[in-house]
Amino acid sequence: METLEPLLAEHGFFRGLSPEAIRLFTGCAANVRIEAGEYLFREGADADRFYAIRHGQVALEVYVPGRGAVTIQTVGPGEVLGWSWLFPPYRWHFDARVTEATRALSFDAVCIRQKCETDHSLGYELMKRLARVFTERLEAARLQILDVYGRAG
Amino acid sequence: MPDIIDRAGLEELLAVLIRRGYRVIGPTVRDGAIVCRQITSIGDLPEGWTEEQEAGNYRLRRRGDTALFGYTVGPTSWKPFLFPPSARVLHADRAADGTVTVRQSDEDPPPQAFFGVRACDLAAIGIQDRVFLAGAAADPVYRGRRAAAFIVAVQCTAAGPTCFCASMGTGPRAEHGFDLALTEVVDGGGSVFVVETGSERGAEVLAGVTNRAASADEAEAARDASARAAGQMRRTLATEGLKALLEAGYEHPRWDEVAARCLACANCTMVCPTCFCSAVEERTDLTGDHAERWRRWDSCFAAGFSYIHGGSVRASTRARYRQWLTHKLATWIDQFGTAGCVGCGRCITWCPVGIDLTEEVRAIRGGS
Amino acid sequence: MAAPAELIRPAGDPRIPRPFRVVGVRRETRDTRTLEAVTADGHPMPFAPGQFAMLYAFGVGEIPISISGDPADPSVLTHTVRAVGAVSGALCRLRRGDVFWARGPYGSSWPLDEAAGRDVVVVAGGIGLAPLRPLVLALLAGRERYARAWLLYGARTPEELLYRRELERWRARLDLAVEVTVDTAGTGWRGSVGVVTTLIPRAEFDPDRTAAFVVGPEVMMRFTVAALRKRGVPTDRIFLSLERNMHCGVGLCGRCQAGPVFVCRDGPVFPYAAVERIFAVREI
Repeated sequence: METLEPLLAEHGFFRGLSPEAIRLFTGCAANVRIEAGEYLFREGADADRFYAIRHGQVALEVYVPGRGAVTIQTVGPGEVLGWSWLFPPYRWHFDARVTEATRALSFDAVCIRQKCETDHSLGYELMKRLARVFTERLEAARLQILDVYGRAG
Repeated sequence: MPDIIDRAGLEELLAVLIRRGYRVIGPTVRDGAIVCRQITSIGDLPEGWTEEQEAGNYRLRRRGDTALFGYTVGPTSWKPFLFPPSARVLHADRAADGTVTVRQSDEDPPPQAFFGVRACDLAAIGIQDRVFLAGAAADPVYRGRRAAAFIVAVQCTAAGPTCFCASMGTGPRAEHGFDLALTEVVDGGGSVFVVETGSERGAEVLAGVTNRAASADEAEAARDASARAAGQMRRTLATEGLKALLEAGYEHPRWDEVAARCLACANCTMVCPTCFCSAVEERTDLTGDHAERWRRWDSCFAAGFSYIHGGSVRASTRARYRQWLTHKLATWIDQFGTAGCVGCGRCITWCPVGIDLTEEVRAIRGGS
Repeated sequence: MAAPAELIRPAGDPRIPRPFRVVGVRRETRDTRTLEAVTADGHPMPFAPGQFAMLYAFGVGEIPISISGDPADPSVLTHTVRAVGAVSGALCRLRRGDVFWARGPYGSSWPLDEAAGRDVVVVAGGIGLAPLRPLVLALLAGRERYARAWLLYGARTPEELLYRRELERWRARLDLAVEVTVDTAGTGWRGSVGVVTTLIPRAEFDPDRTAAFVVGPEVMMRFTVAALRKRGVPTDRIFLSLERNMHCGVGLCGRCQAGPVFVCRDGPVFPYAAVERIFAVREI
């Protein structure tokens, strides 16, 4: 069987990890392909995995009655999607709709959490990388709130 | 060696200038202040008057003698006569067929002679020359007036309480930049004037005036009088390293303190002989067929001065005072190779709450 | 400070506005129009990318607006104007055949020479694409001089994107990577959602040999510069265009000062390294 290790190693999120760490994470990974229009997950559903996007684009949406689905953010190649799997009660907060046919690595949350508990060095490395994503997303969200381009007219 | 003229000679000098077609602008008493206006005789000069000046205070006072130039500086400099507070710069007219013609306004006033320019104000004219004439786009309003202006300087023989020209290196003696320079020597009954000639044009004018050569003693006495004025100066502004200090001091707490007092009234910029900021406004008549573009003095203290859609860049008084002071004493040097302050002290005297830039600079120095 | 690649100065007296006749008006967004005009007195206005002109609406007044046309075709004067005040409103109401007046061009230009042989990253926010359009056109006209080229463009909503048809044409090219993102969108929008800075880590360029050109609201430029620096782009090869109140356009009215510089005369285009302090001080 063909291994996913090279796919992990070349993904931006995992870049620079030791072969040993790549091997451990690969043990929790599956390669998935999702068509445009499908949902990776829905608000309120079990957050039992996270995704490393390889190709395509996924929109994080929230449904606003009267306005319909509003896109909060899009996630693309080289980025990761999902962190509700980290903490109880492990439920998704948004809808993740695929807007362009997407190929991604899907990681089993229970498997990853167990490996991190067993190997805290590995866990720390993963948390550092996730924390960087969190801060970047938070910074971007703050800028979005600023509405820097100003209200037209 | 300079020449000597008496009071009658001074009247002759004024007459020669008027005969040559100059509109003579000189100091005169009006509304309780010594201001620069058109004068036609020596009788218009502020004979026997001087002023009390302090931060936020100005009062005329009798000297007890007949000195014609026994004051220092009043609220008006010569700026309004070279850079008018309001000037039409363009006009546009729509004809019956709908076509619009846009033309530059080119109305120069008759040539002006400035009678009684102090060293600080002469330096200020030199600074405005750099602002309005040195750049790629010389200002036509200023250029025409400046080229025609005849300058009679008056050397200071006493310093006012708000003067600090010695610190700025601009006075109290005017060494160049004038056509003629007078030093008034008051002795008992009347004054005599030691006259220095600074230009060819000055010499021509002086040739039409009854005069005699000054003696070595008289020339020296005139110089001594200027030196005395320098010695009297109480206010100082330490300029060494000031540019770097201000550049590093944008977040100094002193700006908050001065902003708590500053009314952002713009008086300081109006009386300043070097401030040059302006607004350009469109004015139309009721038919809508005739539009004029006017330039008027504006001030960095005005709320709308830095407005871009969405708000003002400098919304706070703190930022506006900081802009004014750092421009005068630091960024002006980047822009024009000289500081924008000549030490005339007008901004101190005419500040309604008595803010004194020499004190502000001292505070920023002390606190850094 | 890097010397501007080209400096073009007004012909004749720089203070006299010249008439231009509108030959085309394009609706960009609800409140933004692109005017195309030709000289009405035989004096077109050649310009370098990044320069601006003072536009005069008869009887209303004058405002500075960047030139948005193709520098290779000086016969057409192109401006993209957003109606935010009396003069810009009057300009946006012009129709084909109407006349407005313009004087210029003024100011510094984008130093495209700095980008020769390098990757080029153009980052625009909102109406900030308008002063960058001539740069993109010049870049494409001399495409072989540069390595990879990116246009990263962010706007508030899909409806507020400028030059949409042209963006599509640019996007179709193989020699220019175009990434567009909006702050918020409904489901009809297929592109990216997120602030423009999020596009910077995704773009493939070599920071050591990149020249970046940035225009947008000041806060957007600050964060964009931060993101570029994080990638390792040196600050003397990040160029941006500042906006300030201007009445004269020729360094005399004093209004456009930002610290030591007159934006009209020394800018509007600056290397970031030259204006870093201006960005660091509030209300300067």
